[in-house]
Amino acid sequence: MADTATNGRWRDLDKLLLRPGNLVGPNFEPSPELRDDLQTYARVLVVGAGGLGCELLKDLALSGFRNLEVIDMDRIEVSNLNRQFLFRLQDVGKPKAEVAAQRVMERVSGVNIVPHFCRIEDKDLEFYSDFNIIALGLDSIEARSYINAVACSFLEYDSDDNPMEETMKPMVDGGTEGFKGHARVILPGVTPCFECTIWLFPPQVKFPLCTLAETPRTAAHCIEYAHLIKWGEVHVGKSFDEDDPEHMQWVYSEAVKRAELFGILGVTYSFTQGVVKNIIPAIASTNALISAACALEALKIATGCSKTMSNYLTYNGLEGLHTKVTEFVRDKDCLVCGPGVLIELDTSTTLQKFIDLLGEHPKVRMPKASVAHRGENLYMQAPPILEEMTRSNLQVSLYNLMGKLARDVVHVTGAAAVNGKTASSLRKLRIVFRGATNDGVADMDTAGGA
Amino acid sequence: MLKMSQYLNDGTVGIMIKLFKVKEKQREIAENANGKAPVKKQSAGELRLHKDICELNLPKTTTINFPNGKDDLMNFEVTIRPDEGYYLGGTFVFTFHVPTIYPHEAPKVKCKTKLYHPNIDLEGNVCLNILREDWKPVLNINTVIYGLHHLFTQPNHEDPLNSDAAAVLRDNPKMFEANVRRAMAGGYVGQTYFSRCV
Repeated sequence: MADTATNGRWRDLDKLLLRPGNLVGPNFEPSPELRDDLQTYARVLVVGAGGLGCELLKDLALSGFRNLEVIDMDRIEVSNLNRQFLFRLQDVGKPKAEVAAQRVMERVSGVNIVPHFCRIEDKDLEFYSDFNIIALGLDSIEARSYINAVACSFLEYDSDDNPMEETMKPMVDGGTEGFKGHARVILPGVTPCFECTIWLFPPQVKFPLCTLAETPRTAAHCIEYAHLIKWGEVHVGKSFDEDDPEHMQWVYSEAVKRAELFGILGVTYSFTQGVVKNIIPAIASTNALISAACALEALKIATGCSKTMSNYLTYNGLEGLHTKVTEFVRDKDCLVCGPGVLIELDTSTTLQKFIDLLGEHPKVRMPKASVAHRGENLYMQAPPILEEMTRSNLQVSLYNLMGKLARDVVHVTGAAAVNGKTASSLRKLRIVFRGATNDGVADMDTAGGA
Repeated sequence: MLKMSQYLNDGTVGIMIKLFKVKEKQREIAENANGKAPVKKQSAGELRLHKDICELNLPKTTTINFPNGKDDLMNFEVTIRPDEGYYLGGTFVFTFHVPTIYPHEAPKVKCKTKLYHPNIDLEGNVCLNILREDWKPVLNINTVIYGLHHLFTQPNHEDPLNSDAAAVLRDNPKMFEANVRRAMAGGYVGQTYFSRCV
């Protein structure tokens, strides 16, 4: 084991793991065991095998992580090759996750990477629950929001509303747009989750439809006209698929005609793709920097060899270079990562009784609540059509309505009395049923304390 | 032997690897015990929409319908029967599709009823500022429905999607009114046929 080649290979990593320091994480005890544990026990999921994903896989593998999995639904395109350096021309058309996993395993001995060529929504919660850290290399708000909700759904709070560390699913999230990028550490329950700070994202630029239809002034207006208005006029009932080159070609040629009609310059095929798919050209060096920051944070989270970055790094290489770390704060009432209000009930409590109880509960004070549980609307006070559809649930026990889970989260909406004023509010509640267990699986409290 | 590290107030965590070790063992136990995790979770967008729907305060002229049942609030239909103006007596159905990242993005709204209107084209695209360029997360479904309502009481020739209808409204309101009547009763306006919607 301790031959010179191995020692040489891990020399840099060992400098972090074998030596004490002033910046180490709490309870860090340098030891040679740490590297072994990192290689044996740390399981990291990389979400996305594109510009950031390729970098992340390589960085994590070279940082000592050995159990990696990667998930991506896309196939390799020619335009990826300039920066998604794990792919070659002959790989075009193959699934990104599979090729990326293969290439890194060929180059870094000892690492095992399992690829998943599918959508993130195709995997169940158990799949995600298996990983210790989730690293995100994504390009959309939707996908981040989804993974964030999944990771935060594992988080549990103790009876004092403190997050239980053993239920925490840490995430590192990278993102780039041209020369700009961010890297952040999300420790659900400790640092803000994606939903706490969703307001950070600027709104998408959307042109008024009437401008597109009547008074186009720019090449983008012409492209959006072809995409949003002309397509529907000509292809009745057939929806536009931005990943179908024939569709894109059609939009491009219509946009060219439109631009000629109004004497507008600048419609090209690649600009058409850019406008329709909202693409900002990706820069390889930005991806490399951001991924490196994310991989380092993953290493810090796993080993404690340094305090984690707290908690949001921004990078801008557009003019000179500007980079800083901002400490964002959690939204204590976040519906996704917040503790919510703990409520204990008997398994026999009916939904009606539960709703009555919420009116008197000192921390809720919501006399006419509508109740939702995991996408199921158990009772809706309004509109009348939904009230009628859910009314029969009122006499059923909440325990049964919630699928006989010993504990779970529900969300309630309604007018609530806050500081003497009535305001509409949406609250998260943690329901615990007295005496119930999750079908033979030990209750989390007992498991955690054992 | 294992000491659970405590998370600290400065936003860092302890040595997670020790937890990973524990978890690995728990995972084996859990696999043997055939534990089941709940499968569905609710997006923050769905929750916010849930609130919007509960708080709807619809004008008397408007009804809402959920074709996919009580658990799919992301897709619904709104029917407007204007009680004044050019469109009095007509019945107009709009489909709403709410994206998962609502309210970061506006709902997608289309008019299912083909109608003669300066701000709604023949494919059902609607030119309403709050649906596109002026959407803000503080707005809600109620605001959008009131916005649609407004289009029937105050059709606007300055933001045309149907430029023929807009030109008639601007130059000859009497003729515009007659055209709207003819379209709603079911018939041709120019080359375009409209189905009856009164």
